[in-house]
Amino acid sequence: MRIFDPHVHMSSRTTDDYQAMYDAGVRAVVEPAFWQGQPRTSVGSFVDYFDSLLGWEPFRAAQFGIRHHCTIALNPKEANDPRCADVLEVLPRYLVKDGVVAVGEVGYDSMTPEEDEAFAAQLALAVEFELPVLVHTPHRDKAEGTKRTLDVVRESGIAPELVVVDHLNELTVGMVADSGCWMGFSIYPDTKMDEARMVVLLREHGTARMLVNSAADWGRSDPLKTVKTGRAMLDAGFTADDVDRVLWRNPVEFYGRSGRLELSDVDIDPTAGFQGSSVRRGQG
Amino acid sequence: MSDWKSEALRRIAADPAAIRELFPVVRRRCGAGAAADVRAELLAALPATALAEEVAGLYRYGDPAEKRAVLAALSALPVGDAGLPLVREALRTNDTTLVAAALGPYALARLDPAAYRQAVLKCVFMGIPLAEIGTVRVDGELRGMLRSFADERSAAGRPVPADVVTILAGEA
Ligand SMILES: [Zn+2]
Repeated sequence: MRIFDPHVHMSSRTTDDYQAMYDAGVRAVVEPAFWQGQPRTSVGSFVDYFDSLLGWEPFRAAQFGIRHHCTIALNPKEANDPRCADVLEVLPRYLVKDGVVAVGEVGYDSMTPEEDEAFAAQLALAVEFELPVLVHTPHRDKAEGTKRTLDVVRESGIAPELVVVDHLNELTVGMVADSGCWMGFSIYPDTKMDEARMVVLLREHGTARMLVNSAADWGRSDPLKTVKTGRAMLDAGFTADDVDRVLWRNPVEFYGRSGRLELSDVDIDPTAGFQGSSVRRGQG
Repeated sequence: MSDWKSEALRRIAADPAAIRELFPVVRRRCGAGAAADVRAELLAALPATALAEEVAGLYRYGDPAEKRAVLAALSALPVGDAGLPLVREALRTNDTTLVAAALGPYALARLDPAAYRQAVLKCVFMGIPLAEIGTVRVDGELRGMLRSFADERSAAGRPVPADVVTILAGEA
């Protein structure tokens, strides 16, 4: 099973996670720029974070045989802090980088006017820089938030096939399917969405435009949820090709639209070991 | 491809700030093989009045490949000591490719001796072969530091890197 996790916050994960992910077949990840639990209060914090998403984290990932790309944006939570809003002005410097395969995570958290403004401005940037967009949907008031999200996406004029609307569930998947946007599902250890429900959704909606991610971060989460969903699909009668489509070819197709996905040197033979399995600590 | 490059050079000469959007996309426009050389040419096209500011900005906002290109170009650019903060920042990282790139001819010529010795020792420590650095200046004090490093490694039952063995063998 070759796996591409299209949404995982590796900066918050350990080297043990990288090793376990490699061993389970994960060969490529996209790390979206998002909130880090502790609020940022200045543009400089974002710049250092973006620097890490483009530099240190790919360096760490490479030592475990995993290809790391990222998405860049001002996240909806921090769009509400006027001290952070100026991040929008430095985004153009980052949206041209080789490792940046989408604008994201953008969208709504509490559906404030500030979030409206940041969301619309960043959809316009995606159009300008010809990049796909990763849209986060709110955890509270999700159905209403998703509806409003789709309205804003429509108004922006961006092609729906360049947009993934993420963190969906049984109540929100239908409207996103109808919109032509890609459907993203974050599989968590509890509540939001689990492997068994995901399999049911795949049976109902098919495998096209479907992205399954672990969205693992600093909270209770599991970077192997992609793999576990793949196994649940096989147990439920899906073919290995179906699994490959959902867990590898779909994310490759979606992020490939950036023209910047670099997977040529990725070793996808799951039986091959990887030698570089200890991050150099600079301590001899 | 070379059309893109000549147009880029023309734009930078006319408006130095244009390098901010041109420098990051070089690899996609000119190919991975040519990227380092083309980036050096773009930097060389910056007018002297804008050089220090743009070089610092390209490093600050650069991805590792861009940062390495800036570090590698420093010795060929008339920046005086303005590149030293970038070299020091790169030397503080834990990215072996940045540390190696920071320790080129510019650092050899301009870094103060104490910082230079620490930088060479850090390379050895991180497992960066000194051959990747090019010319390395080993004075008596650095040799002593390398000897201590080798002793520590041997005491821990761990191998001493071949290039350190060679340097220390030359001391007798
Ligand atoms: Zn996320």
